[in-house]
Amino acid sequence: MGEESESTNLVKNLLKVVQELGEIEIDNVTLDVEQLELIIQPIVSSIMSGARPLPQLQAQSSKQAQIQQLLEAKYATPLEQYPGRVVEVQLGATRSEGGSRGSIVKIGGARTMPFYSFEAENPNRPAFAMDIFDMPLSLAKMVKMHYEDVMTDPAAWAKRCVEFGADIVSLNLISTDPLLNDTSPQTAAKTVEQVLQAVDVPIIIGGSGNKQKDPIVLEAAAAAAAGERILLNSANTDNDHKRIVEAANKYGHSVVAFTPMDVNNAKKLNKTLLSEGLPKDHIVIDPTTAALGYGIDYTISIMERIKLAGLLGDEDLQMPVLAPASNAWGAREAWMKNEDIGPRELRGPLWETITLLTAMLAGGDLFMISHPATTRVAKGLVQDLLGNSAKGGVVEDWVTALG
Amino acid sequence: MSEKLGLLSIYKLLPQTNCGECGEANCMAFASRMLERSKLPQDCPPMVKQSRYKKNLEKLVAMIAPSIREVKIGSGERTVKIGGEEVLYRHQLSYHNQTAIAIDVSDNMTAEEIRSRCVATEKFSMIKMGQEMRLDMIAVRAASGEPERFASTVKLVNEGCSLPLMLCSTDPVSLRAALEVQGVCEKRPLLYAATKDNWKEVGELAQRYVCPVVASSPNNLDGLVSLASTLESMGLKDIVLDPGTLVEGGLLKETVNNLVMLRRSGLLKEKALGYPLLCIPAVVWATAEMADPVVTAYRESYIASLLVNRYADIIVMHSLDIWAVLPVATLRQAIYTDPRKPVSVESGVKEIGTVNGSSPVLVTTNFALTYYTVMNDIEASGVNCYLIVADTEGLAVEVGVAGGQFNATKINDVLGASSIAGKLNHKRMVIPGRAARLKGDIEDTTGWEAMIGPQDSSEIGGFIKKHWDAPK
Repeated sequence: MGEESESTNLVKNLLKVVQELGEIEIDNVTLDVEQLELIIQPIVSSIMSGARPLPQLQAQSSKQAQIQQLLEAKYATPLEQYPGRVVEVQLGATRSEGGSRGSIVKIGGARTMPFYSFEAENPNRPAFAMDIFDMPLSLAKMVKMHYEDVMTDPAAWAKRCVEFGADIVSLNLISTDPLLNDTSPQTAAKTVEQVLQAVDVPIIIGGSGNKQKDPIVLEAAAAAAAGERILLNSANTDNDHKRIVEAANKYGHSVVAFTPMDVNNAKKLNKTLLSEGLPKDHIVIDPTTAALGYGIDYTISIMERIKLAGLLGDEDLQMPVLAPASNAWGAREAWMKNEDIGPRELRGPLWETITLLTAMLAGGDLFMISHPATTRVAKGLVQDLLGNSAKGGVVEDWVTALG
Repeated sequence: MSEKLGLLSIYKLLPQTNCGECGEANCMAFASRMLERSKLPQDCPPMVKQSRYKKNLEKLVAMIAPSIREVKIGSGERTVKIGGEEVLYRHQLSYHNQTAIAIDVSDNMTAEEIRSRCVATEKFSMIKMGQEMRLDMIAVRAASGEPERFASTVKLVNEGCSLPLMLCSTDPVSLRAALEVQGVCEKRPLLYAATKDNWKEVGELAQRYVCPVVASSPNNLDGLVSLASTLESMGLKDIVLDPGTLVEGGLLKETVNNLVMLRRSGLLKEKALGYPLLCIPAVVWATAEMADPVVTAYRESYIASLLVNRYADIIVMHSLDIWAVLPVATLRQAIYTDPRKPVSVESGVKEIGTVNGSSPVLVTTNFALTYYTVMNDIEASGVNCYLIVADTEGLAVEVGVAGGQFNATKINDVLGASSIAGKLNHKRMVIPGRAARLKGDIEDTTGWEAMIGPQDSSEIGGFIKKHWDAPK
């Protein structure tokens, strides 16, 4: 019983977090106890030898005593010139453009590194897609509680994401996996149509990760969404990317180029897709986003290298970057019940938020998100980083202001 | 270290005798170690011992001094080192000294609260990727405005805690009172802060008590250069820059811009800017509309993470909630990992869950990322098993197989060094699907049966259920 009421309190707190950042109602929250523990070892302090500096009082030299006034100085802003520029990719098409979207999203176009606005203004803010699936699946409890009642209905799920503030809905057709339901491409295409009808934001369509089936499924999805400028997720070195490129070109869509954690492979795949006739402004790079604490350092460096290479003029790396921040939910710190490291109700969304902002500062342009609090925080943070939010005042003296 | 620093310019200043006393094969090898910063000039014994090399030693020390000065705060085993940075992006070399995390206490808090915050900060310890994550400093704030009260708080903190201190007050009288407390100045506290109004007095305190000092000029970089130049001309060397942490009123943009600009200027060796940077994510607690402590701690955590991503060398946090501190410490560890070295874990045999004689035996590599992912997947699947961690020199399965670092001998080495064979009633192991082509070799070398496992460790649970029947 104590467990139950404590959990309820934590969820109430989380709701406050979410509501603070934009009114969201969450109903029917249930919690149960999972008997998993994170192993955290107490540790013996490590040894660092170091000589103690001697206490000494130094007399002031007469020369030093002569300084009576602040030296005048001017700060010179160090600016870099970048010969290259990231291309702009448009997701979604309005009626006048041959689609039916109420809003479109443009990503990319960067002239400098993310939020280096002292140097140049990048034209497009990062965009946020939220993940939905075409069948109920096992999700982290903290994510699942927001979608439990819509998991059998992708259209309703998509609407929920838009209510949560998603710029884009990312539909993953996982049921097409031969090892799961082996849903036919035609049936999967019907789901795509339902989602397109339910929401008017741009959509991303992902396969199941099955390299034989994905190209056929994405092809059917591309046909069903003809003219809507959707993003097909993904072409990679293991699947029949040529087929995906042809479908994208035929129906006017864009394609995610996925490679696992390797700049050179990312470049190679882009080259291949370009040679197969996919226009440069129809490619989005997914160089892999590892969760905070599970290789995010590799993600940071790969994204920074891609962005810098593009700005410095590497034509094959001048496409915007996709970062599935929802991978953060694979980190045990995000989902596991373990009171020693605090309530997972807070840890989970925070883990996703920090994974996202880290990828965003490293060069991500488009993000996939699972938890509504992440979307809210990310959107607010972007406004702050762009200087668009004037709320609040300046703290004059934090030393005393914190009480 | 200048951008153009080359191997030859270092080599020319070395004795060039190839004596090998430094542990390297020759002076050129030693020079390349110095270039990648794994060795210092002082690691060359002849140069340290023989006076004829004295001049060259001094030249080398100056030559390889990092663009961002390394500043030490505190003393003893918990001494904090910050700065020493050389690059704007970690892939260009590596970041060097981790961001120090300071937790604040105030002279308005009760003695009990101060003590418990100090103990929690000092004792904080978690293991991640085989490394210890700790908190580093206590920032003592003079919030009361009473110098005696501040001094007695500093005394309380200093006596109960071995962590380095940051003494926070813009009032020189309060700072001086704190520095006069027995045993405080010997521990080289960081003085926060010299400003355009008090620089003379605070600068003199930093000189007199030989302490590192913060130059603070919120959102005014002209003022910051002016202040840091002035402190330099007073003879001060250990300076930390505070460009202000403004998170409200549309100023977060400026805060982030200032940090990037300052780090870039510092690396370009601009005058008075080659110093570590300080940020105060704790300011989120000072804004009225963020009154809810959960919301505020949540915000502090991601603002702190943002600043760690953007060159903060010290951050001051107010929240001590583990859920808010843990992601910041985890991020810091990741960012400051040397990108040149694959991260590896210890090889050997691990027991996962409750094992017995017929438990499955799985094999993986010692690349930390692979290892932790596999562990995570096995634990999540509820499989009880032994896990053989082969020393693949920190490479992942596929790369290790391709490059030959993951091979039958490496697996046999682990078997030989452990007592696992005696605990089992079978001789069968599951090897990663991506190492399938090693099956024959492994069977010949170890005498065990090698089953080819799934391509991805997330399928281990299903694989074991389906394919692992208890051997006879």
